[in-house]
Amino acid sequence: MIKSFVVGTFEDEKVLFPAVKHVRKAGLKLHDVYTPYPVHGLDKAMGLRETSLHTAGFIYGLMGTMIAIGGMGWIFAVDWPLNFGGKPHFPLPAYIPITFELTVLLSGVGMVLTYCYLNQMMPGVKKHHFSPRATDDAFIMVIELTGKSNEEEIKKFLADNGAIEINTQVAEKGWWFGRYDREQTLYRSDEVLA
Amino acid sequence: MSLLKYESELREPLVDGNKTYHQVTEDIISPIEAKPTRAWWIGFSISVALLCFGVYSVYRETAYGIGQWNITRTVGWGWDITNFVWWIGIGHAGTLISAILLLFRQGWRTGVNRAAEAMTIFAVICAGQFPIFHMGRVWMGFFVFPYPNTRGPLWPNFNSALLWDVFAVSTYFTISLLFWYTGLLPDLATVRDRAKTKFRKMFYGLASFGWTGSTKHWQRQESLALVLAGLATPLVLSVHTIVSFDFATSVIPGWHTTIFPPYFVAGAIFSGFAMVQSLLIITRKILHLEDYITIGHIEAMNKVIVLTGSIVGCAYLTELFVAWYSGNPYEWWAFRENRVNIFSPYGWAYYGMMFCNVVSPQLFWSRRLRRNVMFTFFMSIIINVGMWFERFVIIVTSIFRDFLPSSWSIYYSPSIWEIGFYLGTFGLFFTLYFLFAKFFPVIAVAEIKHVLKTSGESYKEEMGKMERMDTMTFVSEEVGESHH
Repeated sequence: MIKSFVVGTFEDEKVLFPAVKHVRKAGLKLHDVYTPYPVHGLDKAMGLRETSLHTAGFIYGLMGTMIAIGGMGWIFAVDWPLNFGGKPHFPLPAYIPITFELTVLLSGVGMVLTYCYLNQMMPGVKKHHFSPRATDDAFIMVIELTGKSNEEEIKKFLADNGAIEINTQVAEKGWWFGRYDREQTLYRSDEVLA
Repeated sequence: MSLLKYESELREPLVDGNKTYHQVTEDIISPIEAKPTRAWWIGFSISVALLCFGVYSVYRETAYGIGQWNITRTVGWGWDITNFVWWIGIGHAGTLISAILLLFRQGWRTGVNRAAEAMTIFAVICAGQFPIFHMGRVWMGFFVFPYPNTRGPLWPNFNSALLWDVFAVSTYFTISLLFWYTGLLPDLATVRDRAKTKFRKMFYGLASFGWTGSTKHWQRQESLALVLAGLATPLVLSVHTIVSFDFATSVIPGWHTTIFPPYFVAGAIFSGFAMVQSLLIITRKILHLEDYITIGHIEAMNKVIVLTGSIVGCAYLTELFVAWYSGNPYEWWAFRENRVNIFSPYGWAYYGMMFCNVVSPQLFWSRRLRRNVMFTFFMSIIINVGMWFERFVIIVTSIFRDFLPSSWSIYYSPSIWEIGFYLGTFGLFFTLYFLFAKFFPVIAVAEIKHVLKTSGESYKEEMGKMERMDTMTFVSEEVGESHH
């Protein structure tokens, strides 16, 4: 999906927060804000809902618990009941260490995979980066241009709200496979404007 | 939104000097972009040489059998398992720093967590080699995993502490690796976006998974880090607990004791922090990171060392007391004759352990010594030697004399290939650490930026001014209009 965006660069958190508030109030389509570190409270200011990644982690952990208890129980009580010095076939205390480890393992691995899926991240994924300073020292606010919006007005709006650098970029919204050492022109601006 | 977070002026800054976000990036990333220094090449070459010797030692053991080692009929666990427990203990500090200190909201962890986590992962890799090659027929190592097979199916024994260890160590390695790498992604993206060369663009482009710095991604990143920290906290305690079960669930005098789990965990943190100190003192010096790994960081870690060292000392004495108080003649004899008796064959190891682990860390009660870099470096080596002695004492002095004097072993000393294997893991550890220090950001760049405006030296001065300001002036100047 190829779109046009107005990109504003901010250098100070103190300026960024009111700007985000004003952008939302003005009804502009805030695509995203790219920051070099997790700015606490920015997600709330942008109106993003809380992530439910931890719920997924809980479910994966529960799966780990059940697989461990069920697996060991089935193996030693059903599939191949061995007599270890007359001890019970389902010794729960002895199963606690492995059950705990598998709970943690499945929860951790599951959460990381879910995280990568939700963020659409993996080796070989290439995304459009609006500014190289987003991973260095600046906060990059990106506003999507819709049919109704006026590019010049938005630029002026961002300048009034303290953006130190403003430009318009044409970019693909999602991601593609690619390498960062190669220039790939997947889009041309005239296609978008047409 | 004027003040992001407030921190008292009295608290020592976590980042020294007058830094901006860009300066932080410059300071930490530029060593990656520079050519490796002479010191790096020398260190790296020595490490690789040691690694090669280790590989040859392991080749001897694999090709000719376990007889290449001097282990005897009763001392079945000699240097090999001693080294396993030693390395796995060292591998506890990283996750402790990154997980437990995250939950306790200790700001100083940001300066040291990345390198400590890397160290953890490399130490666990080294530790894993020992039980694997101790199997003898290492090509059958995968038998330890429970999978449907054509041998019955024949399952491993889930009641065995050794199998618990397989699960504990492999889970610990996996979770530590994931925790470390997900934290690295934003910093690798920083390297990618600065990259000038083709190779660096490609390599860091692949390694950073296409990270953009989107707010939603950061939100998930923080949630992930918090939950992984919550999971890793009991995990890090469980791993050395389970390692101690390898001993404690047996009936050997000297091993069969309930104090082992907490005693092992405290010892692991103790030795792990010592190793972090050794590595970081060198790293901060060579990469000029004194502004990020400050004396304050070193002191904080020395406080952990004096705490855990005292717990370990307390455990040694409790263990000794209980051996006597239990009234079990075998237990008391194992302690009296095989450990405390300085003239017994391994008496030197017991007293070496006592001196290095119990007496020497007490010097850190002195603030001046805690903040002395050279002294800390020296102590970190002493502590790791002491912790090696501890594992050697626990393992060898408990088993070299069996219950019957007719079953006592001859004096056990390692063969050259046993020593070579140990040296080889040093080679492996330092080879990996050198590569890490060259190609990865050794300090969590994004996390430093996160605490910069609350805990950076120059920003704290501004905070101090605000602190002394009149209330009404503060409201009008700092909170201003945005707060209406």
